[in-house]
Amino acid sequence: MRLTCPLCGERDRREFYYYGAEDYLHRPSEGAPLAEWDNYLHLRDNPAGVTKDLWYHEAGCSQWLLVTRNTVTHESSAVELVAERKA
Amino acid sequence: MRYSGLKVITEGLFGNKGWKPAWREPSPKAEYDMVIIGGGGHGLSTAYYLARNHGITNVAVLEKGYLGGGNVGRNTTIVRANYFLPGNSEFYSHSLKLWEGLESELNYNVMHSQRGLINLFHSDGQRDAFVRRGNAMINQGDDAILLDREGVREHLPYLDFDNTRFPIYGGLLHPRGGSARHDAVAWGYARGADRRGVDLIQNCEVTGIDIEGGVVKGVQTTRGVIRAKKVGIVVAGRSSQVAAMAGMRLPIESHILQAFVTEGLKPVINHVVSFGMGHFYISQSDKGGLVFGGDLDFYASYAARGNLPMVEHVMEAGMTLMPMIGRAKVLRSWGGIMDMSPDGSPVIDRTHVEGLYLNCGWNYGGFKAVPASGWCMAHLMATGEPHEVARKFRLDRFSTGHLLDEEGTGSQHNLH
Repeated sequence: MRLTCPLCGERDRREFYYYGAEDYLHRPSEGAPLAEWDNYLHLRDNPAGVTKDLWYHEAGCSQWLLVTRNTVTHESSAVELVAERKA
Repeated sequence: MRYSGLKVITEGLFGNKGWKPAWREPSPKAEYDMVIIGGGGHGLSTAYYLARNHGITNVAVLEKGYLGGGNVGRNTTIVRANYFLPGNSEFYSHSLKLWEGLESELNYNVMHSQRGLINLFHSDGQRDAFVRRGNAMINQGDDAILLDREGVREHLPYLDFDNTRFPIYGGLLHPRGGSARHDAVAWGYARGADRRGVDLIQNCEVTGIDIEGGVVKGVQTTRGVIRAKKVGIVVAGRSSQVAAMAGMRLPIESHILQAFVTEGLKPVINHVVSFGMGHFYISQSDKGGLVFGGDLDFYASYAARGNLPMVEHVMEAGMTLMPMIGRAKVLRSWGGIMDMSPDGSPVIDRTHVEGLYLNCGWNYGGFKAVPASGWCMAHLMATGEPHEVARKFRLDRFSTGHLLDEEGTGSQHNLH
C-alpha cells in the first residue's frame, strides 16, 4: 500500500505510522460523561469498506494525515492534513 | 458412525464404500431454542458444549459460507497456556486441559501434538519477564521450564547462536504447548454437535437481528426468518458488522495478521519456537511445511491479505534466528482478519439486549481458545451467568478500567 501525502507525494506505507480511526479527532470536553470517553477511546464503527483514519508521516514531513481509504481493497481515495482541517 | 482403527481397516477391505457424510445438511426450522451466528471453531464448539454439557440440542449454527471457512482455517494452529494475568491464565489453562482430551471426546483425530513451545529471550530484562511468566504458569498448575543458553542449544541446535545483535540468553519451555490440525478441530466439533442433534446450516447469512422490547426474538437470514429464544454472536473477524445489527458499537478494530507456509520438508523443527526480538514464530506441520508468522500489519483492514513490508520483516526475522531455513521455498501466505480489542483480550459476555450474547475480540489468540471459548459461551447462554474462568472477559471492562492487558502495551487497538 502507498499513501499520497499532500506535502511529500506518493510514499511507501513504511514511512507512515497508523494511529487509529478518525474518532481520535473528536476528543470529548473535560468533564464529559464516562460513556463519551469510552466512545472516543474504545468503541469503533470498524467498517468493512470506506473508512477514515489517522496516519503520521513519521519518516517524511511529520504531519498527521486523515486518510480516506477502503479497508477491503486497500485503495486510498483522499489524504488531508489534519492541521489544515482544524484551521 | 464411530471412527476407529478397525473401521479404517474394514472399510479399506471393502472399497471404502461405507463412509457417510460427517454431518447432515438440514434446512433451517422456523424456530430454535438457541441460534449461534457463526460456524467457525468457536461457534461450533459453543454448539457442541450446549448439547454436551447442558443438554440443549434444539440449536442451529448459522454460517454464511462453509463450516470452518473463516479464521479457524486461517491461522498458525498453536496451542498453549502460557498466559500471565489472572483472568487469562485460568481460561487458557482450562482450554489446554480440554485440548488434551479432545480427540477421545470428539472421536476425531485433531492431530493435537504437544511438542513443546519455546519462547526465546535475548536480554536480562526479557529473562526477568519470562521468569515471572513461568512462575505464573506454574502457579496456575501448568508447566514451565526456564532454559539457559546451553539448555536452548540442546533443544534447538540449529539456531544462530553466534548472532551478536540478538544474542540468545535462553528460553522458556512450555512442554505441554504444541499445535493441532486446524480444520480437523472445526470438523470434529461440527460432527460432534451434529451427532447430538444440532442443525448446522451453511450458506445462511444473517442479515438482521430481531429485537422487541429489549428482548431478542430471532434473526433474519438469507434463508428466511429464524426465531430463537437466545442468540449468540460468535463471528470474530466480522463482529462489528453483526453486532451493529443489534445497535451495538464494539471496542473492536479489525487488523490483518499474515502467516506463511513452505514446501513440505523432512522433519527439522520439532518444537514451536518464537523469537523474542523480531516477532517471529515457527513450527512444522505434520505434512512437513514450515508454518510461520509475525506481527500484525498494524492498520485496520479486512482484506484477508497483507502487505509486502510485513512479509519482508517476517522473512528477515526468520533468517536472523535460524539461517538454515533460507533455502526452503515459501508456498503460500495468507491473512486472517483479527478482532483487535483495546487490551488484546477477548469478550464473552451478555449484551444490553436480553437473550443476546457476544463472543468476540480474539485478537490473534483465538485458535488455542476454541475449546474453552465454546465451553464458557455455552455456559453463559445456558445459565445466563459467566463461567468462572471467563468472568473477566467483560464487554464493559474498557469503560470501568478492568483491563486484561497481557502485553502491558496500553489500551489502544493497534498496540497489541
